[in-house]
Amino acid sequence: MTASVDFDSVQILDVSRHFGRRRALSRISLTARAGEIVGLLGPNGAGKSTLLSILATLTTPSTGEVRYGDRRPRDLGASLRTCIGLLAHELFLYPELSARQNLAFFADLYGIDAGAAVPAALDRAGLGTRADDAVSEFSRGMRQRLALERALLHRPRLVLLDEPFTGLDDEAVHLVSARLRQLAADGAIVMVATHDLELAEGLATRVAFVRDGRLIADEPATPGLRARYRRAVGSA
Amino acid sequence: MRKAFAPLALITAVLFATAVLLIAQAPYESTMGLVQKIFYFHVPSWIGMYAAIFTCGAASVLVLANGSAVADRFAVAGAELAVLFGASGLVTGPLWARKAWGVWWTWEVRLVTALLLWLVFVAYLIVRRYGGPGSEKLAAAVALFGTAVAPFVYVSVNFWRTMHPLTTVVPTLPRTMGVPMAVSALAFLMLFYLLLMLRVGLAERQATLDELYLALED
Amino acid sequence: MFVRTTLLVLRKDFAIERRSLEIFVTTLFFAVACVLVFSFGLVKEGRAPTDVAAAILWIAIAFAGTLALGRTFERERYGETIRALLAAPAPRPALYVGKLLGVVFLLAVAEAILVPLIGVLFAAPFFAKPLAFVALLAAGTIGFATVGTLFAAMLMRTRSRDVLLPILLYPITIPVIICGVRGTAALLATPADEPMAIMWLGILVAMDTVFMTIALWTFETLMID
Repeated sequence: MTASVDFDSVQILDVSRHFGRRRALSRISLTARAGEIVGLLGPNGAGKSTLLSILATLTTPSTGEVRYGDRRPRDLGASLRTCIGLLAHELFLYPELSARQNLAFFADLYGIDAGAAVPAALDRAGLGTRADDAVSEFSRGMRQRLALERALLHRPRLVLLDEPFTGLDDEAVHLVSARLRQLAADGAIVMVATHDLELAEGLATRVAFVRDGRLIADEPATPGLRARYRRAVGSA
Repeated sequence: MRKAFAPLALITAVLFATAVLLIAQAPYESTMGLVQKIFYFHVPSWIGMYAAIFTCGAASVLVLANGSAVADRFAVAGAELAVLFGASGLVTGPLWARKAWGVWWTWEVRLVTALLLWLVFVAYLIVRRYGGPGSEKLAAAVALFGTAVAPFVYVSVNFWRTMHPLTTVVPTLPRTMGVPMAVSALAFLMLFYLLLMLRVGLAERQATLDELYLALED
Repeated sequence: MFVRTTLLVLRKDFAIERRSLEIFVTTLFFAVACVLVFSFGLVKEGRAPTDVAAAILWIAIAFAGTLALGRTFERERYGETIRALLAAPAPRPALYVGKLLGVVFLLAVAEAILVPLIGVLFAAPFFAKPLAFVALLAAGTIGFATVGTLFAAMLMRTRSRDVLLPILLYPITIPVIICGVRGTAALLATPADEPMAIMWLGILVAMDTVFMTIALWTFETLMID
């Protein structure tokens, strides 16, 4: 078990996922590399969340596969998940526990030193003064910031974020964006699913347009994103 | 399967006709008269149910082990047939028991075991019907637990029953009754096989239809 | 890793419960209410039929247990934290065992209250053979909780989960109830029939082993879409 599970790219190879007669994803092929911030853009119901779920090994594809640095998840085993961080719409927080307790629990679960990591995470989330209040008392924005820190606590290689800017004010958006850029610069593979084009425009290095489960376009992020998006996807 | 269907159906029909003839000819049991002959359909109903349960249980293991779609079709077909044959047994049983023992129901070990197993597979169908997408695996888990617990049900109910013994016991059959019973049992098993294949075929066609729907969207 | 995960999950659940004691208090009160309902239903002219004490105990455990199972997993469903647990490098069966131990602990506390209550209400000598009785309670509770935890977990993402759980759970755990009731009744008889109770205990332990094996094998498959 000493072989490293770390990887520097993730390949989505012809992945499809259907639920009965409903096709959530249709033959998606995409590669993301370390240092990239991939914006997964598309309207609601396009399949972005399903794709992130598959990348986090929480859902299995109906056909196709995902490879982490050219290796199959089955070969990498459970320790693959030490390199993956997921933030979903539901936030993954226990409302009855305090911010500190939430972070400490997940730190312990991921096997990292809570004593060092948790205070730093609380600081970055700007929750230093409210650390011991129950999460149920937090505003949406506070929960969002905490949830983001929870997802990044173990410094994952693959960062999967589903609508991470929901409920954040401008300053927080600015901070989070800077954080994500720093992560990418440090070698993480960042995938951000969002329908907010302005944000994606400033943040992403590459964009993948998804609609009705299909990959419409996959290109480096250049100015004029919004116009191209409208054209590629049709007005939302 | 399609080619074999007609001859198999014919054989099944012949077996049933033979069984009915033999049953009509079989001697009357001393006290019960005509009603006793329900037995010739009652016991094979249970045989059919256990065959179906075994099918569903084995298929469910495969569904959980490797998500096999084929196994899933056999599992749902087996469960439906288990409920069907079990219902037949649960209806014919009390009709017979009323005449034989004077009561509609008794807590005899085989009845209770059969009832509980029947309930497990009714639950299986309920999960598949109301469980939403992904319920195939959940139902398979139910079938697996149900099949695994079956021997324990028998053992525990057996000991439970022997605390309060009743004098009613399923009689051993004299040979003149054995032949019609065997033919009837064979007929039921053939029917089970036929219905299983029909149901699996139906599920196959449904799967093909689903694939066409999906392909249409591509 | 396995044991550590199990203990972390358990400790986390205790921490959550400690804040409000919601599941504890409501489950205990429900169990007591069950006992009272059965008592008033069964007691006639101030006396209860024999063996009723054993039956009421196990039925109350089954009903209260079903309720507690639903609420325990509702906690993990609320913020979809179950997905966060599954996404962690923790071995997934360890998550199951952690949840199982929490449920067993909750039921043990409920039993600690139910047994004296029923003992008093029905003058039932539960502790005539204390070791056998406790072993019986433990084996039966674990059997029920093993199947219940698995089913409650796998039903978390299902629409009609509240009503589906009893439908699935009761047919399969009826043998557990039978063994528990008959074993307890054997111990309550005068004189206490310990060998009989041990026999029921044996069946229970065998069942628990089979259930636990299946549960550990199928948990991950059932939880991943």
